[in-house]
Amino acid sequence: MTASLVALRGIGKRYATGTLAVQGIDLTVAEGDFLALLGPSGCGKSTLLRLIARLAAPSEGHIDWPLGPPGPRDIGFVFQEPTLMPWATALANVALPLRLAGMPRREARDRAADSLARVELRGFEEAYPRALSGGMRMRVSIARALATRPRLLLMDEPFAALDEITRHRLNNDLLALWEAARFTVLFVTHSVFESVYLARRIAVMAPRPGRIHAELAVTAPAPRGEAFRTSAEYAAQCRAVSATLGEAMAVSPA
Amino acid sequence: MSGRLSGRRGLRILAPLGLGLLLLGLWEAWLRLAGIPPYVVPGPVAIARALAEDWATLAASLLVTLKVTGLALLLAASLGLLLAVLFAQSRLLALALYPYAVILQVTPVVAIAPLIIIWVDDVTLSLLICAWIVAFFPVLSNTTVGLNSTDPNLLDLFRLYGAGRWQVLWRLRLPAAMPYFLAGLRISGGLALIGAIVAEFVLGTGGRASGLAYRILEAGYQLRIPRMFAALVLISAAGIAIFLLLSLLSHLVLRRWHESAIEGGERR
Repeated sequence: MTASLVALRGIGKRYATGTLAVQGIDLTVAEGDFLALLGPSGCGKSTLLRLIARLAAPSEGHIDWPLGPPGPRDIGFVFQEPTLMPWATALANVALPLRLAGMPRREARDRAADSLARVELRGFEEAYPRALSGGMRMRVSIARALATRPRLLLMDEPFAALDEITRHRLNNDLLALWEAARFTVLFVTHSVFESVYLARRIAVMAPRPGRIHAELAVTAPAPRGEAFRTSAEYAAQCRAVSATLGEAMAVSPA
Repeated sequence: MSGRLSGRRGLRILAPLGLGLLLLGLWEAWLRLAGIPPYVVPGPVAIARALAEDWATLAASLLVTLKVTGLALLLAASLGLLLAVLFAQSRLLALALYPYAVILQVTPVVAIAPLIIIWVDDVTLSLLICAWIVAFFPVLSNTTVGLNSTDPNLLDLFRLYGAGRWQVLWRLRLPAAMPYFLAGLRISGGLALIGAIVAEFVLGTGGRASGLAYRILEAGYQLRIPRMFAALVLISAAGIAIFLLLSLLSHLVLRRWHESAIEGGERR
């Protein structure tokens, strides 16, 4: 087993409004893992990502980084919306994290161009977000998150707003990127099918307050592909995860 | 791009132009048929003649008015932008200063102009201050809104990557506020001209270095009504030119990325 990259111990988060978003979260993410956080909306999945990204501080518990605390370039974040700067080209958007880290312009642009090529957007360097389709914008967003070569990639329902065909393609491309580079992924989703298709492990969450109901491992051939999506094995695991999610929901009234 | 679109664009110019020519024709015809003399109501022909005959005087006055307007607009843009940035950086400063900006905005410039000419000896400077007071608020308030309506996810992203305050301002808040700033500037352009004209009326400066408002007053005293209208036409033309110029600027700056600058067929 590889070393754990980040460990959440007894994490709770109460917002200023008094709402308890998550409570008693214990979760360890191993280096190179692909972990899905699965749960209904309002169960604090996004809150957990924000806590790990240090965009918010937990009210209880602490977050350990056994391999050392992350620097600003060690974490990549992909939001539900592409969250691109509309006034900047795809290349400039991807180069942003590198420029903010003080990398010289030329080097940052070279690295950004590489990153865009990795998400199959070679030739779209000078395109403005407005001229790109929803799927392409999300690719730019992923390229930006990968530009700093992060140890941990946090993804907050990145494909939820896309049509199914585009979503499946991006699922496959994300898996290919992950197989190639083996960064650690924490992937928030409310789709059982997506979580089984992508993740090595699934943490099923229950709502109000958000907590982890169960952790499941996904067994699948590597690399995964469209054949897996239509296999009986996939269907069986989706059924099992779905049942667990049902239990989690039954614990508290939705 | 398509024929339908370019046809519509052509109509956008042709329709108001046609209506204008028609109304001018009716106006001239009515005057001639009713036998109304030009010192009561001048027709388009008489106004055009006055414009041509007094062109030297009127053009010099137009230049004076435009100089004050342009400088006031430039000051309004730069000070409005600067103040908005300061407001965005310090909430305390914003809370303390904003009410005074509003007071300055709601106080009629006609009422303050006489005070300003007493305090400031220089006439041009007084005109400039009056026009600036009228013009600067839209830039300030629009830019403030723009600076504060940055996408919160983008702000999070900048935080995640450890961006400093100036990086956030320069790379995120200012570009995000640009459409708001430019919209404010377009309003301010018209207001700067109005402010300059109103101040000229109040301050009533004579002599060679006087603006169009003084020409109107002068022509009124002398009952040279066509000349009065000619000056009025020049003021309107200047206002339209300023608006078109600022619209062009806005289009050039925003055309690649902002929704307000989208042309037909370009969008995906």
